[in-house]
Parts: sequence; C-alpha cells; structure tokens
Amino acid sequence: MQTASSPTPLLAARDLSVGLVNRHGAFLATNRVSLAVDRGQSLGLLGESGCGKSITLRALLGLVPHPGEIVGGSVTWKGRDWRSLSKSEIRRIRGKDIAMIFQDPASCLNPVFTIGDQVTETLRLKLALKAKAARELARDLLDQVGIPAPEERLRLYPHQLSGGMRQRVMIAMAIATEPDLLLADEPTTALDVTIQDQILTLLARLKERNRMAMILVSHDVGVVAQNCDFIAVMYAGHIVEWGPTHDVLRTPRHPYTRGLLAAIPRLEVSGGRHPLQTIAGAPPTPGELPEGCPFRLRCPSARPECATIPVTLDRKPPDHGSACPIVM
Amino acid sequence: MTETPLLSVTSLHKTFGGRASLARLLQGKPARRLTALDDVSLTLGRNEVLGIVGESGSGKSTIARCITRLEKPDQGEITFAGEDVWQARGAKLRGIRKDLQMIYQDPYGALNPRMSIGRAIAEPALVHGLIGRDGARALACELLDRVGLPRSVAELTPRALSGGQRQRVAIARALALKPRVIIADEAVSALDASVQAQILNLFGELMRDLSLSMIFISHQLSVIAHLADRVAVMYLGRIVETGATADVFARPRHPYTAALLKAHPHLEARRSQTPALAGEIPSAYAIPEGCRFNTRCRYAETRCRLSDPPAAAFAQGHEAWCHVLPDLENSANS
Repeated sequence: MQTASSPTPLLAARDLSVGLVNRHGAFLATNRVSLAVDRGQSLGLLGESGCGKSITLRALLGLVPHPGEIVGGSVTWKGRDWRSLSKSEIRRIRGKDIAMIFQDPASCLNPVFTIGDQVTETLRLKLALKAKAARELARDLLDQVGIPAPEERLRLYPHQLSGGMRQRVMIAMAIATEPDLLLADEPTTALDVTIQDQILTLLARLKERNRMAMILVSHDVGVVAQNCDFIAVMYAGHIVEWGPTHDVLRTPRHPYTRGLLAAIPRLEVSGGRHPLQTIAGAPPTPGELPEGCPFRLRCPSARPECATIPVTLDRKPPDHGSACPIVM
Repeated sequence: MTETPLLSVTSLHKTFGGRASLARLLQGKPARRLTALDDVSLTLGRNEVLGIVGESGSGKSTIARCITRLEKPDQGEITFAGEDVWQARGAKLRGIRKDLQMIYQDPYGALNPRMSIGRAIAEPALVHGLIGRDGARALACELLDRVGLPRSVAELTPRALSGGQRQRVAIARALALKPRVIIADEAVSALDASVQAQILNLFGELMRDLSLSMIFISHQLSVIAHLADRVAVMYLGRIVETGATADVFARPRHPYTAALLKAHPHLEARRSQTPALAGEIPSAYAIPEGCRFNTRCRYAETRCRLSDPPAAAFAQGHEAWCHVLPDLENSANS
C-alpha cells in the first residue's frame, strides 16, 4: 500500500516544529517533522525517551501542553489545514474522526465512576445516543474488544480491572465512533508480553476491519516491526529515517537506526554473552543539542562537515529516506 | 551438575496476608492469602547466570527478596555456600550479606540523592570494614573505572547522572563488597535500547573477569536469552520450566513458555492473526486447582484440572511441569 504520497493523505504534517519550555529554557522538541498516513495504513514512530515522538503525536491533534506551542509547519486533515478549521470542526474531528489511546489507561479513567458510566457518557456525547441505546452499544463495544462478561464489567470500577482490561476499555471508547485514525502512544508498554500480544492483535484486527489508519508511538522496535507498514525513526526531535518497515529493518540507512538495531539482543541468539554493539554515550537531553546533525557526537561515521549539515531526508516518503548524507 | 551449587533454594513457600474484610471476619473465615511462591526450588552454580523470567505477579522478585533476607519465607530452605541463609548468625550472616548483592530496576530510587556518588559506592565497604576511611576514595575510583564511568563522577550527586550512568553506579556499589553472587531484578528494564546494550555488555564483562554468579530477573525474553546460561520460567508462584537457555528457548516443553516466546515481538516475523495466549493471569489469591496454567492452556485436559503435573525431565537438566506436552513428545518419538 504505497499511498503515503497520494495527493491528499488522510493526515499529513509538513515541517512541523514544536517548541517546549523546561527549566533550562525554550527548546525545539520536534524539529521540522514531516509525515503522512492514509486509510488502512499504520505508521510507527520509533525512538528512545526524549526523542520527541509523543509530543509529535500530540501536536498532530494540536494538543501541545502550555506553555509549549507549534512554532512552525502545518498539519492537514483530509487536505485541510488545522488552522483553517473552525473550533467546532476541530472538536468534531478530535472527538470523532481521530481517537487516541495512551500508555497508562488507569490515569485516563475516572476512579469514582463505573466503567459503564464512563463508556456510556462518551457514547452519549459523541454519538448523541439515549441512555438505553448507549448502554447496549457499550456492552457491544466491550464485547468487540474481547472483554469477557461485558455486562458485569460495565458495573465495575476501573481499579477492579487489570491493566490489560483497562486498556481494552480505552480502545472500546476510542473505536466507538469508528474513527478514521487512531493515535496510540506506547499503548502496551505497561502490559505483560502476552497481554501486549493480545492488545496488538486486537488493534491489527480493528485496523483491518475499519480500514482505520494508525500512528503507533513506541520505543520497542519489535512492537513497531510487527504492527506498522511504515517506520519513522526519531532522534532528538528529528525524523532521521523513514521507509517501509521491511526495508528499514533489513537495510537500515541512518547510522542511528543501524546502531539501534544492532544494540538489541535477539531472542534467536541464545547464550554466549557475545558483546552487543553499542551506541556510545546517551541520548541527548532535550534542549542541549549539538549544531548540525544531532547524532554526530555519538556517531561512528561522523565527519567535520556533520556540524553544518541540515537534517533532511534524502528521499521523500514513501521511499526509504535517510537524513545522513555521509553514510549511503 | 555434579558439584554442589553455590546457592540453592529448596521448596520455598511464601504467602502474603490479604486484607480480611469485615464480612469474612464475622463469618469466622480467615483473611485470604496471596500465594507468591509455591514450592519453588532452584540452584545457581559457580560463574553461572540463572535467568528468571515471568510476567508480573509470577513471584520472580519475591524469590530474590527471600534470598537476600528481605522477606522471610514461610517454608523452605536457602543455602549459600553450605550455610543456611536464614539460620546464619553473627559473622557468618555478615559474610552472606556481603556475598549476596542486589541491583534493582530503578537506580535513582536505590541511591541517596544527597550523597555523593563516591561515598555511595564506598559506603558498603566501610560498613563491612573492608576498607578504612582513607581507602574510600581509591576504592570508588577503582570501581568507577571498572564500570566505565569517569572518576570525576565521584564528586557528583545522582541527580546529575543519566539513567544508564546511575545503573552503572548501582553496579559499582554492589561490586564494592566483592560479592560472589549478584541478584539483578529488572536491572536493565528502565533503560533505553542503546544504553541497555551497554549495561548488558558490562554484565558480560563482569561475569568474565570477576568469576561472579548472577541471578538475572527480567520480563524481557531477549535479555534473558542474551545473558543467561540457564533459565527458569515462572507462572503464578511456581517454576513451570527450567533448563539451559538455548535449549528451552529453541525447544520449549511447556505451553506457557511456548506462548511467551510466540508473544515476544520479533523483528522479522509479521504478527499472527490470533494472540499467543488468551485470557489473563489468574489472581494469586485464588490459584486454579490442578495445573495452575490450565485456565489459559490450549492443551488442557481433565487431568490438568485435577492434579498438579509432575516434573517431566528431558536431556541436560531440562525440566517442564506439564501433563500433556511431554506425553505428546514421547508418543511422537516412539
């Protein structure tokens, strides 16, 4: 499905830059990021902590926490710029067309209301349903996301459910409006591996069934590899590599992607404790980036000219592009 | 293994008291108890890494806490170098404490935020009388070298360090007592991939250079595959399969191990249409009758609901506690 370059993708960001403020001052958390997804496609944003992947996801919805703001670039939804949309249109898109799920479902659910109260409230607001119809749909949705005995679960409070079940509830609420796009921010990071597997299988099924697009943010290469058609590798606020998942994993082009893939212990290679390849140093602190290529201080192939080069992909998506002009 | 193991754990049981509801008290019922460990036995050889893998609530951390005397087991025996860890007193106990060191997931929580790194590293050795006040500085420098940190770090406080650097400090402090066994509980789980590889390599070097033994607890199968010589797979307070890591991961003999391996997000394979394992881990307050895995097992038969499976032994110390799979193997082989 090579449609990321179709004339009007479902959602596209062009040169999106987000400024945030921490105790050291203002800095760019996301630096001229461009990306696009189309119906039925999934894009994985892969990167280590502080690389700007979560803030990118929020910026796509225009939800940058104060005092941060989008300082450059644009986001278009079905070809229309966010800035040209009215408040009510934006509200409708955020509530209906785009849904979002997070790493920690416990903090997204109100502890003093039952699951049923919260799911039906969402349905009544978003779909303008009457109480009874909302209750029925809620039960149906819980059933769809694989929650056993949904009728009884609706009467429970969030703390009475496991982490996996809470995440299923969040997914049920997210898919209630049959959104065109699901934004998922580390949706399985807090879950055990067998539960992670269940949730990701569920998301894959929903994506298939509803032709839903998905942007999945994760630090786990395996999770992105198994669930995404395209990968965007982020480092220090930049997308440093982009391409079809298979290509990026087989023939990584950017030194950071190469280093990251080589650093991961593989299940298939047991024993021996052969040294893993490592990337020297640690990911940079946001706001303390070197000039030029942000990876150059850790890069084995760095040259003097890296201090001045701009970070831009050499090929446009959906082709396999890298932001490193040194390593080919 | 013919030689006596360095550390052995035999039939360890540990339950935790639940809250007794008023209703239960009035009915004269006892408070429900959470079963953390139910008859767990394992051994650790010299210069060996034993990996313990399992999901949350499987009891893997409780084993570590019982071995290091942080939790008193209800039953069972823990022997280190011929001494019963829970019977030892006086100098022998101090010796055991010195020899068994733990490293935790969150090095920030394990380090005093107001103490300099140098002092934090040298303090255990001072307490145990291995060095005098004047030796502290030299020891800290030596250990910082050992874990690959610049000596200047000794003057800093934990706040000034990154997560990976803090974990190196925690390792240096564990090494300060020249322990014989290191128990690492999710020691690389909080680290970014590029930093995790550095710490895994450091563990590899330490194993090679210092003839340590290690119990490495993790939920990440790939990390266990990389580091551990032998592995024990835990489910709901019990070991369900154990053996040489390469062997267990290549030919799992327990359905739970097989499901864990299938659920692991591989880089190469595309996801399958059905999840590796249905359902969730049952409550540790109400462990299923018979084989505790039977509620989620696709091979479950009547006998699995009635009786606890005995150990089925395979080559090279590979054991699995399952009624069905070993039988299937045997009938396939004959």
